[in-house]
Amino acid sequence: MLWETVRLAARAIIRNKLRSFLTVLGVVIGVAAVIAMVTVGQGSSAQVSANVASLGTNVLVLRPGRQTMGPGPREDAAQFTLKDAEALSNLSVAAAVAPTTTTAATVVFGSANQSTQVTGSTSDYLAASNWQLAKGRNFSEAEERGGAPVCILGQTVRKSLFGAGDPVGQSIRVKSVSCTVIGLFAAKGAGSFGQDQDDIVLMPIRTVQKRIEGKDDVERITVSLKKSVTAERGTRDIQNLMRDRRRIGIGKDDDFSVTNMAEIASMLTSINSVLTGLLSSVAAVSLLVGGIGIMNIMLVSVTERTREIGIRLAVGATSVQVLTQFLVEAVVLSVLGGVIGIAVGLGLAFGASRFMAIPFAPEVWVIALAFCFSACIGVVFGFFPARRAAKLDPIDALRHQ
Amino acid sequence: MTPLIELRAVTRSYGKGEAEVRALDGVDLAIRAGEFVAIMGPSGSGKSTAMNIIGCLDRPSSGKFLFKGAELQALDNDQRALIRRNYLGFVFQGFNLLPRTTALENVELPLIYKGIPPARRLPVARSALAKVGLQGREGHDPAQLSGGQQQRVAIARALAGNPSVILADEPTGNLDSHRGHEIMQLLQALNRDEGITIVMVTHEEDIAAYANRLIVFTDGLITRDTGAKAAA
Repeated sequence: MLWETVRLAARAIIRNKLRSFLTVLGVVIGVAAVIAMVTVGQGSSAQVSANVASLGTNVLVLRPGRQTMGPGPREDAAQFTLKDAEALSNLSVAAAVAPTTTTAATVVFGSANQSTQVTGSTSDYLAASNWQLAKGRNFSEAEERGGAPVCILGQTVRKSLFGAGDPVGQSIRVKSVSCTVIGLFAAKGAGSFGQDQDDIVLMPIRTVQKRIEGKDDVERITVSLKKSVTAERGTRDIQNLMRDRRRIGIGKDDDFSVTNMAEIASMLTSINSVLTGLLSSVAAVSLLVGGIGIMNIMLVSVTERTREIGIRLAVGATSVQVLTQFLVEAVVLSVLGGVIGIAVGLGLAFGASRFMAIPFAPEVWVIALAFCFSACIGVVFGFFPARRAAKLDPIDALRHQ
Repeated sequence: MTPLIELRAVTRSYGKGEAEVRALDGVDLAIRAGEFVAIMGPSGSGKSTAMNIIGCLDRPSSGKFLFKGAELQALDNDQRALIRRNYLGFVFQGFNLLPRTTALENVELPLIYKGIPPARRLPVARSALAKVGLQGREGHDPAQLSGGQQQRVAIARALAGNPSVILADEPTGNLDSHRGHEIMQLLQALNRDEGITIVMVTHEEDIAAYANRLIVFTDGLITRDTGAKAAA
């Protein structure tokens, strides 16, 4: 009998395609929104985890000035020097030490130009920041020490200057400095904040300091720790050394910060999950509104089909059978909306993942939950109109115009 | 012999107190199996109310309603639905077919509610359509059929449930006189050949003439009853 009722319901739905479509639209949008939010959220969490791996979990970043989070001016504190970096590289915990300074500059090749970040550092930069070379070579010691005009390009810069061509061996102009391209980085993709990490020109730090910036500042020092060393121990050793070098008295606060990249990553992950939760609950509210939409249309449908209900009662349908028919109709509609919504949501999530260059991570439990929830919506919001249909008096119903 | 349908001192009133309207004012009526009864009377005479009570769509306010000797006046809605399903067939003035539903599916409807599986109900529905002369039209929508054909589908739907009684409420009211007479000949044949009892409300003398017995209602009472002619 139930199968019979499902068939009756399906027939009633097919008989009025436009109304059925409008009825389920709310549920489609709600389910699609929830699925898309959760799937994109999961994907970006996965992306953050991948970024942590690309940074290397055992990387510490030193900056002058006290520890601050987010934007805002850092208090004045003495800049680092290349001597600090040298001292750090003598620590037993350090595997690679990369003193770094960045400046915005325009790079030119022929008639093509690009505004980019020029990063000055040492050959250790590749190891400390987890970069791979696609082509060419790293800086030599002589080039580093002498501040030679050489550079390694990121893929974004290469694309705008050389298109698909090979940049290695070519000469480009960085600000006013003519500079030979000796290497090309492999693509790294978007960073944790969505920035383009491949928009980079790497030069020896002395070259940047002397020929481009004209000052001896080292903005930050990236230290990658040896595998066996914990972040805590590395941080402690580095802090001790730097306090010593910067002559900070006992009981005084550090005037520099040591940031553990793994910590930042875990913070990003938790921000991410809070955002996902928030957006998903907004989407869930739209699902509720979709349910009310179903109830609305079902109530109209009961009024509109009063005569049909009268006919069914006259040929011997019991009130339970009429109730079941309308309830099943509501459930079939909302489940249909759920299924379409799941498909649309996954499609949106797939498109968004592609666009944001994050992994597409559909979760079976989310899909199952959305499906069950849409069926429940059908039962809850279908019951009231169905009961109204079942309570109709057959004589009045048959007389209804 | 127990009458198939029996009303004893049946009243039916609507409203309360001053505004009370008595549609039936103590009606006694017995209809035996196999009769073809025409009910006539002006609007508001109580004939439709009587039909609704006989059709188990309504309950008397007082008095007794017996069907096959069993008292039914106290049944609840669902119990009356079961009586309609198993013993009664309805034919209405406005045909009352489900729109955008094929003739065959319309005829199947009472069988679906009886819980008969598709394999068994399809031949029943087809043969009911064949009996009213509509073989070959099974897949047509009501909108694709003429008024006369729609009423034939409605009669087939009433027949499909294998009823003891067909209740026809002005079955020719929406048809031209030619189609009307065709429908009456069909009902007459069903009464004669299948032994189905027919109770019919009509306004037209020449339609009432197809029946074997004429009952006239006036102001909630039976004012004329030709009585059963010798059963054929």
